[in-house]
This record gives sequence, structure tokens and C-alpha cells, in this order.
Amino acid sequence: MAKTLAEKIWADHVVRSADGEPDLLYIDLQLVHEVTSAQAFDGLRLAGRKVRRPDLTIATEDHNTPTLNIDKPIADPVSKLQIDTLRNNAKEFGVRIHSLGDADQGVVHVVGPQLGLTQPGMTIVCGDSHTSTHGAFGAIAFGIGTSEVEHVLATQTLPSSKPKMMAINVEGKLKKGVTAKDIILAIIAKIGTGGGQGYIVEYRGSAIRELSMEGRMTVCNMSIEAGARAGLIAPDEKTFEYIKGKPHAPENFDEALAYWKTLFTDEGAKFDVEVDINADDLEPFVTWGTNPGQGLPLNSSVPNPADFADTTQRTAAERALEYMGLTAGTPLKAIKIDTVFLGSCTNGRIEDLRAAADVLKGKKISSSLRMLVVPGSARVRLQAESEGLDKVFLDAGAEWRNAGCSMCLGMNPDQLTVGERSASTSNRNFEGRQGKGGRTHLVSPLVAAATALRGTLSSPSDL
Amino acid sequence: MEKFIKHVGTGVPLRRSNVDTDQIIPAVYLKRVTRSGFEDGLFAAWRNDPEFVLNQPAFKNGTILVAGSDFGTGSSREHAVWALQNYGFKVIISSRYADIFRGNSLKGGLLTVILDQAKVEAMWEAIEANPELSISVDLESRTVSYDGVSNPFEIDDYTRWRLMEGLDDIGLTLKHTDSIDAFEEKRASYKPKTLPIKS
Ligand code: SF4
Repeated sequence: MAKTLAEKIWADHVVRSADGEPDLLYIDLQLVHEVTSAQAFDGLRLAGRKVRRPDLTIATEDHNTPTLNIDKPIADPVSKLQIDTLRNNAKEFGVRIHSLGDADQGVVHVVGPQLGLTQPGMTIVCGDSHTSTHGAFGAIAFGIGTSEVEHVLATQTLPSSKPKMMAINVEGKLKKGVTAKDIILAIIAKIGTGGGQGYIVEYRGSAIRELSMEGRMTVCNMSIEAGARAGLIAPDEKTFEYIKGKPHAPENFDEALAYWKTLFTDEGAKFDVEVDINADDLEPFVTWGTNPGQGLPLNSSVPNPADFADTTQRTAAERALEYMGLTAGTPLKAIKIDTVFLGSCTNGRIEDLRAAADVLKGKKISSSLRMLVVPGSARVRLQAESEGLDKVFLDAGAEWRNAGCSMCLGMNPDQLTVGERSASTSNRNFEGRQGKGGRTHLVSPLVAAATALRGTLSSPSDL
Repeated sequence: MEKFIKHVGTGVPLRRSNVDTDQIIPAVYLKRVTRSGFEDGLFAAWRNDPEFVLNQPAFKNGTILVAGSDFGTGSSREHAVWALQNYGFKVIISSRYADIFRGNSLKGGLLTVILDQAKVEAMWEAIEANPELSISVDLESRTVSYDGVSNPFEIDDYTRWRLMEGLDDIGLTLKHTDSIDAFEEKRASYKPKTLPIKS
């Protein structure tokens, strides 16, 4: 029977299935970080259990690490305890860890692919909802809670019910200045934050094929913002090229390749839902509200809540405008920004830094704002420095920080203050996400850079 | 895990949709390495507002949170479930949940009931009219009832059985260790390993 890509991968990982029970799914790789693992390791310890497969597990420090003075002890004692707990757990249970100061430290979802540990046809989990990022390689990758982290540590499996299948077809050609970030923001605006709920989404179509691996990761990363369990893209030559030469690329590459080449949705396979997006029409996209579905093309204006037919949406819009301190009808490009954040697992990769640096080169950022550049991993930072991008950012007046999640979630000292407004390349614009009372507009790296120069939401074409 | 068969308590009407896990428990509260003590961070930003429902004396002791649609979106943090449980909630009712949140809640013994929006609204009104309204959530018969109203809800047999028995998933899976061993024997050799470290 014709199968979708996700159905093939799923079927290859079922350890056990029984009527009326979820499938027991084998997990090929678990990524671990400090915030969602302490209680899981503690659970193992209490039950006298071991990590079943330390060789399929890897840990790094990202959510709660400082991006300044990383050579000094962590100043906040509570944060320090959390990091120390991870280090001790990794040691006790024999799990590989990349700590602050190590070249492979960084946001989990940047680290996996750069080590070549993320490969087609795998099942990958992490106690983090943006695990969907790894789907860009043609893997089923999804976020789990701490109890499930413990479950995978103990058994290398997870009882899971098979989600339904959705195809999002993005056909056409992107205009200059329109990026992967704009595609995914437009998708979420179209289907809503609950639109993908219960589904694994396969992104298909010519515009997706055209994207680089980095761009594909950006798209898959935000699948969760549409509520989807996971998002994935069929692997192709770009995927295989990207993995080749990475530290953990398969030694028997040809054998792996033969399998990877079977990973596509069969002709005639049925999706439960299909959504079509025309790439030709897309514009740079920004969010105006407090969930990632509240977005519009940059050329439009803040919407009027009264125009929403649906009551739930109307109330949500009213509340969002109040929180965001915005008035209906204001052109989005007139919105003044206080902080630009370039980074996160959505847009903190080398290609994102290159794109932004290209816009900033030889120019100065507006004196009315600050710009934080936070590479997704220490290796991305090193790469950027070898290309001289750090100089471009510093010369423009931006701050060049060490790797981590940073202002994406405002857990470390990198936070917005009450009422402060950011243009952020991250993935969530929830109330208080980047700091209590902070106001977030989600943007692409190109829009972030142009905004930094002009002081108001802008795209490079406005320069 | 405590067994869940039936819970009788009072309700808290949370008239908001898209309550994400950053609202349920902001990131700054996630630095702790225990599973308890998260109640102080529950809805932290909103708790400053005296009008917020949990600050109203009438709703202080509620154990059943009746929320708008798309509850628990966003971050996978299980701390959201712990914060709700630490605070004293036993049941959440909403028309739609984010998948990860729902998974976390049902694994941890917090019952998340799905009722359609019209029924949720009727409950909001009933609770606001009488905060002391006694609500009974019966997992055995899969119903939520109050004041002569009885709303059936769906939950799959397996999850219901696990909750009613108070069973821990890991223990259940470890009964199938033989199947896991057998699966691993057949796993392709080209699948990546994190150890030994290569660079
Ligand atoms: S960068 Fe942001 S979204 Fe990504 S893992 Fe870190 S906190 Fe989560």
C-alpha cells in the first residue's frame, strides 16, 4: 500500500503494537538539556534504573546559560545549580555532554545537525517542543515532556499514538527578500496555532525543495507553532551533501544512502488533509500579536479586532493589541523597535548570520535600539568569526554574544523589560516570553537586520 | 501515580483561549530541579492582577479548571502540569489542547477533559453564577456532571485504564524488554551513535 514518508518511518520503528494500545516506538536519538532533564534523571535514580542507551543520547547546555562572561562561574546560583545538576547527571549516567566553553555547546537543535547526528529516517526526541527542527532531514522528530524523557532514558522507546498526516504544499518561487521564515509564518497565519494539532506535517512543493538545509530547518522548527506533533521534509541530494563529512556521518555511507533514498511519500499515498500555499505571492511576514498565528505581511497594518468574524479570535486580537500596545490601523512599518534579537534554533545558524551581516555590512544600527546577535552554537560562532561576520556586527554597533537560547525565552539575563519591544528571529511571541511585560514581533533575519538599521519594522527593500 | 477514578470539586472559569505554557509557568520558574513547589509560578504574570480569577476569593479552592480552547500550547515544559497539580488542580476542561501538554498531563495523572466550546461556556456561566457549584468528574463513566447536567466525554480505553490503575508507563514498557532487545538486534548498523565521540 502506498505510504507517506512519515508512515514509512513510523512503521520502521514500531517495537510492539497491540490493539487498543499506543504503538511502542523505538527512539534513535534523544537530545538532553538542563531544563527538562533533572527530574527525569532523578526518577531513574529513585527507581534504581540506568540509561539504556547512553550511546543514543547526547546532552548540551543551552536554555539557561549566560551569553556573556562564560569563562566565569554562572552568577545566578539557581541557574548554576541547574547546570551543575546536568553535568553531574551526565557523568553519573555516562551520557555525552557538551558544556559551556566547548565547541559543540549550543542550542540542542543546532548541535544535533552540525554533528551529523540528525539523519534521514530517524526518530528523534528531546524535552523541547522545537525538536521538530530535525524533521528537515526527513526524520520524525518531536518534543516530549520530562516523564517521557525519563521513559526514553530508561527504555529507548516511547508509547505513542500515530498522528494523522497533513501535507502542506508550497509551490512557486519566492521573491527576493522572502525567506523560509516568511513561509512558515504565513503557513501558521493561514492554518492557525491549532491547525496542525494531531498531525505530522510533510512540507512539499518546489519552494520547499529550493530551500537550503538551514531554511528547511527554519520551516520544520516552527511546525509546533501550528500545533503539529512534528514536521518533516523528504531528504534529497541537499540533505545527503549536508551530512557528508559531518563528524557522525555514517561510515558505511552508501548503505545508509540506499536506505535514505527510499524515504519519500509514495505516489498515490493519502494525506488526511492537504493545504496549498502559493510561494509567488509571499511577502516578508511579521507578527503583530501574542501568538505566532497573529501575523501579516510587513506591508500591511495592525488589524482591527472588529474585523474578525470569529468571537474567540476577536477577543484574542483585542487582548493582544492591548498587551502589545498597538492601535488598529497603524502601518506595521511604523512600529518602533527597542531591541533586535538575532538568534535561536529558528534562525541562529550560519546562513542566518550571513544573511543579516550582508544587510548590515558597512552600516550602523539605529541609535534608538540595541541589537543582540547570539549564534545558535559555539561552532556557528567560530565559523562566523572565521568569516569576519563578528566584525560586521560589532562595527554596525550590535553585540556579539556566546551561544545559547538567550532572549528566545528570557531565562538567562538576556531579557526584555516591561513594555520593551523586540523584533526577534525566534519562534514565540507569547506574552512575557522574552521577559515579563516584553513585546515581541517575530521576523526573519533579513527583516531583523533592516529593522536594526531603520529603528522601525522594515525589510531590506526599504533601505 | 495516584489512581484517578472520580473527582468532586468546584470549578475555576478561565475565560481565555490560547493559554500557552509560558503563561501557565514562565521560564524564570523553570530553574528548579525538583517536581514540587511550582504553585507560586502558576499564571505568575496574571496573578499580579487582583481581578484575575485565581485571585478572587470565591474561586480560591477550585480544583477543576475550565479553560478556553487551545489550552497548553507552546513549550513542552512538563512544569506546566506540575504547577497546575502543585496548586491543587485535579482536572482541566477545555475544547482543545496542545498535543504535548495533553500527553504530559495524562502521563502525570492530571485529567484533561475535552468538552465542546458550547458546553465549556455553559459551565463558565454556571460556575460564575454559583462558585460553590459541585462538579463531579467521573472517569469510570466518562462524564462531567453538575446541577442536573451530565456531559459525556471521550478518552481512549488504554489511557483511562492507566489512570484508573495509577500505572507508571515505564514499568509497563519494561515488561516488553524482550521485544526491545529483539528490535535492537535488527537495527541497521549505519544508524548514528553519540559514543564514541567523533569530531
Ligand atoms: S532557542 Fe528558543 S525555541 Fe529553541 S530550544 Fe532554545 S528556547 Fe527553545
